[in-house]
Amino acid sequence: MKDSVPLLIVAGVVLAASAIADRHKTVAGVRRGVRMFVGILPSLLTVLILVSMMLSVFPGNALARWMGRDSGPTGFVIAALLGSVALIPGFIAYPLSAILVKNGVGYNVIAVFITTLMMVGVLTLPLEARYFGLRTAVVRNSLSLLGALVVGGLMGLLW
Amino acid sequence: MNLAGTRIRIPAAWAFPAILSAVVAAGWFVVPSFTASVSNNFKEFFVEMIVFLPVMFLLIGLLDEWMPREVVTKHVGEASGWKGMVLVVSLAMLQAGPLYGAFPVAYLLWRKGSSVRNVYIYLGAFTAMKIPMVMFEVGFLGWKFSVARTVLTVPVFVAIAHVMDAYHRHRPLRMRSPQ
Repeated sequence: MKDSVPLLIVAGVVLAASAIADRHKTVAGVRRGVRMFVGILPSLLTVLILVSMMLSVFPGNALARWMGRDSGPTGFVIAALLGSVALIPGFIAYPLSAILVKNGVGYNVIAVFITTLMMVGVLTLPLEARYFGLRTAVVRNSLSLLGALVVGGLMGLLW
Repeated sequence: MNLAGTRIRIPAAWAFPAILSAVVAAGWFVVPSFTASVSNNFKEFFVEMIVFLPVMFLLIGLLDEWMPREVVTKHVGEASGWKGMVLVVSLAMLQAGPLYGAFPVAYLLWRKGSSVRNVYIYLGAFTAMKIPMVMFEVGFLGWKFSVARTVLTVPVFVAIAHVMDAYHRHRPLRMRSPQ
């Protein structure tokens, strides 16, 4: 909770500056923010409940063992699979990642998850193929998957 | 802002958390310790996020109103080389949403005569450096993670863009618009 104090201060200052500069834009911006938050809320609650259930079912150190910093290839494979296939908006992926980190998942594994989530899209491959052609889409996704593993490996050196 | 990934019809979307809550609540009669543990976990996560998230979205909403996106869009495609690269990266950073929202813009860049390399630089920057996403990342995972991931990802997507560029020398890029 106390982590959010700097954010609240920043938000207050930004909001005040925006309101002074342009009242209409500020109202529109706040409205938009509220709408986005309400839109994301059901999905966020779903993910929070699922994660709460998962953490209750698994023994305390299971996540750390499978996806901890030193879980080696296992953690990377799980993270890359999840990240490549899942269609989770970043607005939910980051809160989820924060919970996972607190429960022992390594930052390197999280980096693989986040990077594949953003760069690799198995389910959206047909859509990408309609713009780029199937072959090009497959090449781009494969290279991105490889790149994500490289990023994860290097992140592992920092933690 | 294109947030296609987050725009969900309200009734259908609320069914999931409602059903899950009902299941967890019903579990009280079978395994009370499970329900207690789940609700404890949930309470902890929820309290942490209920302050943080609305403030984040407020900032993103304001950011979205003030973004000079049109200014950048107008000039993209005209320039190549370093200037073009800076332009496509700033265009990507000013956006939000899932990757498939970037494909129509990539198509537009390509049609406007942007280099093949810059089309992929744009996609790379879109995946790694969108400002609203980075705000979330810093908020939830901290500066160190965010800076390290961004700094490590930039050379990776620049390298991918170069490889794709080389690949398209053999098989020229021919983008299409599904519409």
